Amino acid sequence: MIWTSLDTWIVVAAVLAGMTCALVGSFLVLKKMSMLGDAISHAVLPGIAVAFMISGTHGGSGMFVGAAIVGILTAMLVELIHRHGKVEHGAAMGVVFSILFAIGLILIEHVARDIDIHPDHVLMGAVELVPLHVVSVMGLELPRGVVVLITMLLIDVTAVAVLFKELRIAIFDPDLATTLGINATFMHYLLMTLVAMTTVAAFEVVGSILVIAMLIVPGATAWLLTRRLLPFIVTSVLVAAAAAALGHVAAITVPPLVGFEDTSTAGSMAVVLGTLFFVAFLFAPERGVVAQGWNQLRLRMSINAQDVLGLLARAAERHGVQEGALSVQEFQAAERSPFSGRRSQLITTLLLLRVRGLARRRQGRYCASARGGAVGRDLLRTHRLLERYFYDDAHVEMNELHTAADYLEHYTDRTLQAELAKRSRDTETDPRGNLIPGGDAAGDTKGE
Amino acid sequence: MITERLIRVLTLADYNTRIVMFGTITLGIAGGIVGVFLLLRRRALLADAVSHAALPGVAGAFLLTVALGGDPRSLPLLMTGALVSGLLGMGCVLMISRFTRLSQDAALGIVLSVFFGLGIALLGIIQKMSGAPAAGLDSFIYGKAATIIREDALLIGSVALAIILITGLLFKEFRLLTFDPEFAVGDGWPVQRLDLILMALVVAVTVIGLQAVGIILIVAILILPPVAARFWTDRLLPMVFLSAIFGALGGWIGTSISALAPRLPAGAVIVVSLGSLFLVSFLFGADRGVIRVIHRTRATARRTLRQHLLRAFFEYEESGGSADAEEQHHYVARLRGWGTSRYHRAVRMLARDRAIYRIAHGPWQFTAGGRAEAARITRNHRLWEVYLLEHADIAPAHVDYGADFIEHVLGDELVAELERALPRFGKTVPQSIHRIDRTEQRP
Repeated sequence: MIWTSLDTWIVVAAVLAGMTCALVGSFLVLKKMSMLGDAISHAVLPGIAVAFMISGTHGGSGMFVGAAIVGILTAMLVELIHRHGKVEHGAAMGVVFSILFAIGLILIEHVARDIDIHPDHVLMGAVELVPLHVVSVMGLELPRGVVVLITMLLIDVTAVAVLFKELRIAIFDPDLATTLGINATFMHYLLMTLVAMTTVAAFEVVGSILVIAMLIVPGATAWLLTRRLLPFIVTSVLVAAAAAALGHVAAITVPPLVGFEDTSTAGSMAVVLGTLFFVAFLFAPERGVVAQGWNQLRLRMSINAQDVLGLLARAAERHGVQEGALSVQEFQAAERSPFSGRRSQLITTLLLLRVRGLARRRQGRYCASARGGAVGRDLLRTHRLLERYFYDDAHVEMNELHTAADYLEHYTDRTLQAELAKRSRDTETDPRGNLIPGGDAAGDTKGE
Repeated sequence: MITERLIRVLTLADYNTRIVMFGTITLGIAGGIVGVFLLLRRRALLADAVSHAALPGVAGAFLLTVALGGDPRSLPLLMTGALVSGLLGMGCVLMISRFTRLSQDAALGIVLSVFFGLGIALLGIIQKMSGAPAAGLDSFIYGKAATIIREDALLIGSVALAIILITGLLFKEFRLLTFDPEFAVGDGWPVQRLDLILMALVVAVTVIGLQAVGIILIVAILILPPVAARFWTDRLLPMVFLSAIFGALGGWIGTSISALAPRLPAGAVIVVSLGSLFLVSFLFGADRGVIRVIHRTRATARRTLRQHLLRAFFEYEESGGSADAEEQHHYVARLRGWGTSRYHRAVRMLARDRAIYRIAHGPWQFTAGGRAEAARITRNHRLWEVYLLEHADIAPAHVDYGADFIEHVLGDELVAELERALPRFGKTVPQSIHRIDRTEQRP
């Protein structure tokens, strides 16, 4: 890999573009309006083309004014078509952006004859060309694209910092915002304006289509990782910056590994973003697929353990002994056993219970340890108190009592159990006349 | 010269134009038909994600064919690549919405941009490859109808015909799926499989449209015709036909224009043609078109204004209002909460219709026809009030408000029914349930 000052400027521009986009984009993700960002990023194309036609060259502030107008116009047209045509927002967006984009393409093809611009550069970005256009700012020779992006970043940061409180309320509770005197509609269109201007500022780097990757994916990734607004925004911006830098490195290092030449930075930035999102999708601490699966597994195991101990407690009660003993077949054949047909789960559960010292194995049968027995009796107490409550207070039919209680017994903690006991007129027997075990039994598997 | 060319194009005199035209028109019809169901299933933008997701498939298929030494520009191979990665993209959207609580919106945006980015990265590699001309792949992004050759057109056309045929055969099923999926499940229809077939048809339209319209704009073929049709009708079958016609027209006009101006990107031209059809429908559509809606709203507003004034004059007269024009004006303005200009507008309207008249600057008086109409309107209003009071147990202070809304849309049948429900009034105008008091503010 050969790293030149050219690469440094590319990375600087890409990181700046990513950060500005991610900053405004994270609000789009929160407002569940990601695709409106997509629509706007497509719709600014005719604006860009017209700016080219008028100024005859790149850039200029006219482009940003045009972008702001287009942004608001797109959002309004979408709303108009949605309301008049009674079609979903998505379809209305599809109508608006496809027509505007098509017009933009034709215009660009038209101006491309006179001006040195290729449609590809508008669509896919030409970050490689960014260092070539230099302007001098305060005596420093800086690439024009970088100056534009820094300005845009400052505008976005200022807008978000000044209106942070208002934006937060308008996003999470538009009705509250209205009662507090914050104009949620104004906030909406302000955001759309910022999105459109940011899109225009960034299109030179990532192209008008890949802007959507920078707008949405960092926000979506951060959304998986955090739940609070400020950390969310910071994470989103950092993800975008990291992806931008890594994207360029990947563009010049990965293809040579398989015998090709380097490739488009914008494209590989999007791919890196996708990879980061995928990693978060799988491994995010709470919302990731793995974490969700693990939590479900743990819940399943804990319910299974409680069910086994509950069956043992019932067996003990039936035979009038301290701890019941059942074989695997007897577990499965027991009345209303949750384990019929789930032999492997039963065996795993029994093994885990033995490891935790809650059950023992004796001559092919399993019995609860003293501690396990207490847990089982406690569960039985909860179950029967629940049945009592459902029967007396909620008037549930006798034959549906078991199902109702069976589900809730795993989610009833000690406080609720005490509450149930206090409420019941009869804490001695359940509706079928079975004795309710005493409340002294201390179990420690509850609430795990 | 130009007219001659125009005529040649429009009459399909050239073989090439004929070939391209066949492809784009069948494509437009297929897109229009499938799009209706896509739109009504509220999944319009899924097609956008799918089409963007097709790019890495096209580029990947190109690279693979080059590596295996085949002809990388064979359309069926590239289309297969597009199909595979388009389906993969759709799968990803469904996975993301299923396993996270991100909105489907975000899932679409993620898949669309990341897949497209991957495609761009692969294209970047292809462009720098020596010996393999990347030319032609561009047409998959912007669309280039002119590159369609006979085999391509036959492929596009036959797939499109198959799509049309399948939709026709499954029309009843799709209708059920669109309007009442829960009922369909309950009735034992294989709803999930039908949904899958519909989505497969969407992917198929996207894939065959890539060459002519291009990845970025192909979604327009599926969205614009049905949305345009929506402005003309509420019924499914006419909507499907209209949408198919719009799709075909868009393909025909678009292809004609690009045949005349080959420099313009064909996909964009087709979309702009469809866009003009949409614009016409949006403005002039018979059902929801803007002009029609404005007209209807204004007509209702005028009728309401007129009826309000008639009843106000009637009640003024009933309460023994004096023959003082000033007092009459005040009474009505306060009763209805109208400003002076609105009062004058309403009065002018009634006078023009010869429902009221006045002598010099005296008070307004009913003509014979005006009084009959005013009596009828007042009677309807009061019948409805009494009905609400007696049969719907609504508090007296609230019935006037409710009656104010409904009285303007009471049809003859409803009035007849009210008469049956309240026979004691016969054909007379009932007394108002409110105290008519010219000095007090109304409750």
